[in-house]
Amino acid sequence: MVLADVQRDRTVAIEAVDGPRAFRRRLMEMGLVPGTEITIRNVAPLGDPLEIEVRHGRLSIRRSEAAQIRVRT
Amino acid sequence: MTPPLAGADDARLPLVALAGNPNTGKTSLFNALTGLRAKVGNYPGVTVDRRVGRITTARGEVEVVDVPGCYSLVARSADEQIAVDVLSGIGERRPDVVVFCVDATQLARSLYLVTQAQELGTRCVIALTMVDEAKDAAPDPRALADALACEVVSTNPRRQVGIVELRAAIDRALAAGAAEPVWRWTPSPGLRERLDQVRAALPASWPQLDALALWALQSIDDEDELEGIAPSLRDAVAAAVPVEDAARLDDEIVLARWRWLDERTAGLIRARPDRGRTEQVDRILLHRGFGFLIFAGVMFLLFASLFAGADPAIGLVERSFGWLGDRVRDGLGAGLLTDFLVDGVINGVGSVLVFLPQILLLFFFIGLLEDCGYMARVAYLMDRLMKAMNLHGRAFVPMLSGFACAIPAVLATRTMERRRDRLLTMMVVPLMTCSARLPVYSLIIGALFPTAAFGLSTKSLLLSAMYLFSVVTALVAAFVLSRTVKPLKARRLPFVIELPPYRLPRLRDVARMMWEKTSAFLREAGTVILACTIVLWALLSFPRHLPSSAPDYDAQIAAAPTSEARIELEHQKEGDLRRHSYAGRLGRALEPAIAPLGFDWKIGVGIIGAFAAREVFVSTMGVVYSVGADVDEESQPLRDAMRAAKRPDGRPVYTPLVGLSLMVFFALACQCMSTLAVVRRETGGLGWPMFLFAYMTTLAWVMSFLVFQIGSLLGY
Repeated sequence: MVLADVQRDRTVAIEAVDGPRAFRRRLMEMGLVPGTEITIRNVAPLGDPLEIEVRHGRLSIRRSEAAQIRVRT
Repeated sequence: MTPPLAGADDARLPLVALAGNPNTGKTSLFNALTGLRAKVGNYPGVTVDRRVGRITTARGEVEVVDVPGCYSLVARSADEQIAVDVLSGIGERRPDVVVFCVDATQLARSLYLVTQAQELGTRCVIALTMVDEAKDAAPDPRALADALACEVVSTNPRRQVGIVELRAAIDRALAAGAAEPVWRWTPSPGLRERLDQVRAALPASWPQLDALALWALQSIDDEDELEGIAPSLRDAVAAAVPVEDAARLDDEIVLARWRWLDERTAGLIRARPDRGRTEQVDRILLHRGFGFLIFAGVMFLLFASLFAGADPAIGLVERSFGWLGDRVRDGLGAGLLTDFLVDGVINGVGSVLVFLPQILLLFFFIGLLEDCGYMARVAYLMDRLMKAMNLHGRAFVPMLSGFACAIPAVLATRTMERRRDRLLTMMVVPLMTCSARLPVYSLIIGALFPTAAFGLSTKSLLLSAMYLFSVVTALVAAFVLSRTVKPLKARRLPFVIELPPYRLPRLRDVARMMWEKTSAFLREAGTVILACTIVLWALLSFPRHLPSSAPDYDAQIAAAPTSEARIELEHQKEGDLRRHSYAGRLGRALEPAIAPLGFDWKIGVGIIGAFAAREVFVSTMGVVYSVGADVDEESQPLRDAMRAAKRPDGRPVYTPLVGLSLMVFFALACQCMSTLAVVRRETGGLGWPMFLFAYMTTLAWVMSFLVFQIGSLLGY
């Protein structure tokens, strides 16, 4: 399952981050590493991007990027 | 590149760098530490603000340099490279101590950067910020100091809390001297081998550190946009990291650091920071309905104050310089020196200062929006729309400001982190209908079009059409440029932005930014604008005598029976001089190039004059048509003169079709040297302003050509 398919406010754990090198490295350096809990908290009014909560902080990432984050429930 | 800053960069003083993630209160801390003793310039080769200040500690003066906010030292671009260059002393003096701003609510993420710096052997001091916000979640400074083996000071720069203690901690760290590299993890044998391989290839001028070899392994690849990396180092990295191994290599390094951080910080983070109030505000500001309404309201306020609110101040600048010019003219009498001083220098300084009201206002708004956290929400709300054109969500504010004036709008692109986003926005902002185009449109519409069509005012119809046209062209241009011009291409980079909690903006920090932006504009773009105004003045005023075939105006003026007749003769003389000036000759030389657009050489002269500022087109046309420079877009004599103008074959010069072609030309052509001057300043070279000028002028020529030729074929 990927993060983009997870319901709002449902906390899941990151399994792996896929995608091009610079992309996955940036996300992992910001703390999105396997095992980290992650929750979609909001969706922007136009449907994209998403507001996610991770490590007590809020980040905004695009849906297409959330589709590169594999998660397990 | 900027020249060294006067009074700063003193190599004899101890050097302290201030680093940290974005949104950690780093700027406030810098301001609180250095007071008013700071200067802003650019980092060499890139256009990223470099702020340098001084502090006084027990041991005397210490220099403080601000490092751009970042989450990691690993870099993909020249902009991101600054952090590692400053911290490790590549091409610069290596700081003796680095103060890290660590957000107490975002402990683990803030500390990731600190672990990287410790691997470099940096002497670190941690300034814990946002402690008031974290409340119970704030870590115990002593426990944090134990975990990281460095000084930790709890601060609140907004209230000057902890600043004295931080100075003392900096002092102790300076006394402690250089630090040894500290690695919190042990590289695997495979990675160890690669590190040794790459370390042997590090340039001799770099510190010979494992951490820099590690940095190179992660940063250098086929896709990076780093600058100044020795080819031998590139080859060594390429040999050490086969493409298929890159992901596994990143995993090993990043996960090892996080394992250590998670273990060490687990006991330090005592609670989940309370975001209740921010969430309540976001429920309204990011609401499907209200959110956009409020967004529209905020943006309207910003736009209206730039467009109309700045008017009194702009008028004041113009009147003051007009008054000053008149006084100088009265005092010195007519002559070349007077003309040079009044029309060249005073007018030139005025044409620089006239931008200040809008620049100050725009940065006042940007400062407030940035500081309170709403700017991140602008990007969040607008990303969906802007990304369709490959623009950054934050490009919305510069684009909107472009409707008032491209100069502050181009300066505002610095709020975007990535050079590529800044460049693309700068390339399309000048297409927006700025307020200087309005007088030109008004003159053309008033002179050449009927006052009403379909029961509606032609002026409002055509003006609305021109606004729409400019928005569509700017968006299409962004889309096309981002797909065709290599440095503007959208790479697959994550759009990861933080949504920080809402915070009260601090007026002192906002005022400081307004001052820094304005002084940088005056210093780096103002001088160029002034020089260009003087050159244009010379083109339009030399030579100062008429050919012998011209009528003897002076004798006629002296013999004029009435003052009206005299004024008319003076206007005729002025017009004749302008027609024979270098600009006039240039206009004639340009005629074959602009004839297919329906323009004659007089329009050519107007276009050259408009290069100083588009609205100058109106007064230049006044002079060329011998009705005097003292005209505005509502002037009836100028309209009549334009309507009466005939081509050699007797057809009128101006038809509605020519008017349309001229408006399209003004909408698209880069008719503004001030824009080019600020783009040069913001891109750090002549390449981008030349590209901007070339593509916009070509686009303008082609579109006007199509309008005029197709219109002519259709019989208009």
